[in-house]
Amino acid sequence: MSKRSLGSASGPLEYLRRWPLQAWLVMVGIFLYAPLLTLMAFSFNDSKRNIVWKGFTLKYYDKVLHNDSLIAAFGNSLTIAAISTLISVILGAMAALLLWRFRFKGKAVLDGAMALPIVVPEICMGVAMLVFFAKVMPWPTGLPWPLNLGAIIISHVSFSFPFVAVVVRARLASFNRELEEAAKDLGAGEFMTIRDVLIPHMQPSLIAGALLAFTLSLDDFVITFFTSGPDTVTFPVKVYSMVRFSVTPEVNAASTILIVFTVILAALAIRLQGATAVAGGHAPDASSK
Amino acid sequence: MEQSWNRAKAIFATVLGPPLAWLLLFFLIPLTIVWVYSFGTNVGLTEIAFTGTFSNYARAVEPLYVGIFLKSVGVAGLTTLLCLIVGFPVALAITFAPDRLKAWLILLVMLPFWTNLLIRTYALIAVLRTEGYVNLSLGWLWTHASGLMTMVGLSPLTRFEPLELLHNNFAVVFGLVYVHLPFMVLPLYSALDRLDRSLLEASLDLGAGHVRTMMMVVVPLALPGIASGILITFIPALGAYLTPDLLGGPDSQMIANIIERQFKRANDWPFGAALSFLLMYMTFIAIALQAMLAKRKTEAGS
Repeated sequence: MSKRSLGSASGPLEYLRRWPLQAWLVMVGIFLYAPLLTLMAFSFNDSKRNIVWKGFTLKYYDKVLHNDSLIAAFGNSLTIAAISTLISVILGAMAALLLWRFRFKGKAVLDGAMALPIVVPEICMGVAMLVFFAKVMPWPTGLPWPLNLGAIIISHVSFSFPFVAVVVRARLASFNRELEEAAKDLGAGEFMTIRDVLIPHMQPSLIAGALLAFTLSLDDFVITFFTSGPDTVTFPVKVYSMVRFSVTPEVNAASTILIVFTVILAALAIRLQGATAVAGGHAPDASSK
Repeated sequence: MEQSWNRAKAIFATVLGPPLAWLLLFFLIPLTIVWVYSFGTNVGLTEIAFTGTFSNYARAVEPLYVGIFLKSVGVAGLTTLLCLIVGFPVALAITFAPDRLKAWLILLVMLPFWTNLLIRTYALIAVLRTEGYVNLSLGWLWTHASGLMTMVGLSPLTRFEPLELLHNNFAVVFGLVYVHLPFMVLPLYSALDRLDRSLLEASLDLGAGHVRTMMMVVVPLALPGIASGILITFIPALGAYLTPDLLGGPDSQMIANIIERQFKRANDWPFGAALSFLLMYMTFIAIALQAMLAKRKTEAGS
């Protein structure tokens, strides 16, 4: 029996048609979006005090684009996100393959340990990284860019790749193992089977995992805050120091750029996978922050 | 069927090696060092000696810090409760929305979640501060109401005093709810979406009202989803750093802020390490509690 047809056929369950719920949705929408929309709107406001509308201007965007340290921070963030995403996808796919395919001693332990970076509070992971890079493996200073970002990239991979593994493993669950056997019967070796049969099947989840890792990296403040130095400032860390000073239209403009960037990324994800798949793919990962 | 590892050793080694090495070196070892430090003492400015002392933990149970732990649990609990109250109707609306609209509603909930946390927090500062949009709008209404009252012959209102909305506990809870709402809505939605709708219809047919159906049928059936929503919201709220730091006042410090201070300004790493591990234990206890409840639920169900 199809749930869906049942649902659409039944009047009393169409809760969305009821006004109290509609009003509630509108209020939640305002709650979620009003702060962001006003922030974006006031980045075009021609006033330093930033409250009353004084006319349209793009001068704060001009200021942002000429703010070298902000641009550098943005470049750092994108570089860190790109590199850590690449490493996370590779490690995550390997871990997913391992946990999905093999039976071995200590599997449950490894499975649990892989979940740790997902559940451990960010602050704890941040201090662990701080201690690690201060005492055990001091990251050499004065390295040329982007090597100086190494410590941040490493810590981002540590919290991203288990998320990728979760996404990829969920996808692998739907793999028909007979395909693998067929490939082997037809003479493909182990590695060839993985390359030509398994990885194509994993592909959507690899993309979803990559997008997730990229967003997690771009979004991270706390862990980066503990691993970044004076010459390795990321965008969130830079905005943090600006926000601590004051609320300025320049921060609004910089934020607007990043919000637009995020929306484009989200649109891209939907284009690639369809909205339900994107939202569904991210639903179990909501435990990230 | 899963394959035994020794039937494809080469592949097993290839896919085991890198993730395991990374996890060990760049996650488990750093955490272990923090754990070891939590039993250490400061000697000199940067040297920490491992002395096996429990004094750091003893200090953590002083009333000052116990108070902060309790307060953090309270703030995180209140945040979770508010998220549940605000989010449940939203999840319900998404569940019973037509397919096309459903995807858009989910996206609408997710989009702020993808937006940078710092930017969202900053947006709230701009809304809540004394000269922020809320106070500005209220002030405008106030002046006009006052003008209106003079017009009808009443005495004008006193001067508008802007509300203190920022740098207090209200702002922290408001900010945490703002940030964590999607965490609550998505698990709730996925639990509600799995419900057998004929049960709801049966309840309605048999004369229970909508509210009663919600309370007696939907909530008990969706309990595992509600529990995981609570957990997913509570854990990050408990360890929140940025929100209390930027929106809170001097009395809104949560555990994470105290930990940060030990590692940066106060430079007392052993104590900070002990606090970190206490926070981590609290997280694990929350997870274990939820797992136990879920297990009991499935056992009772089967």
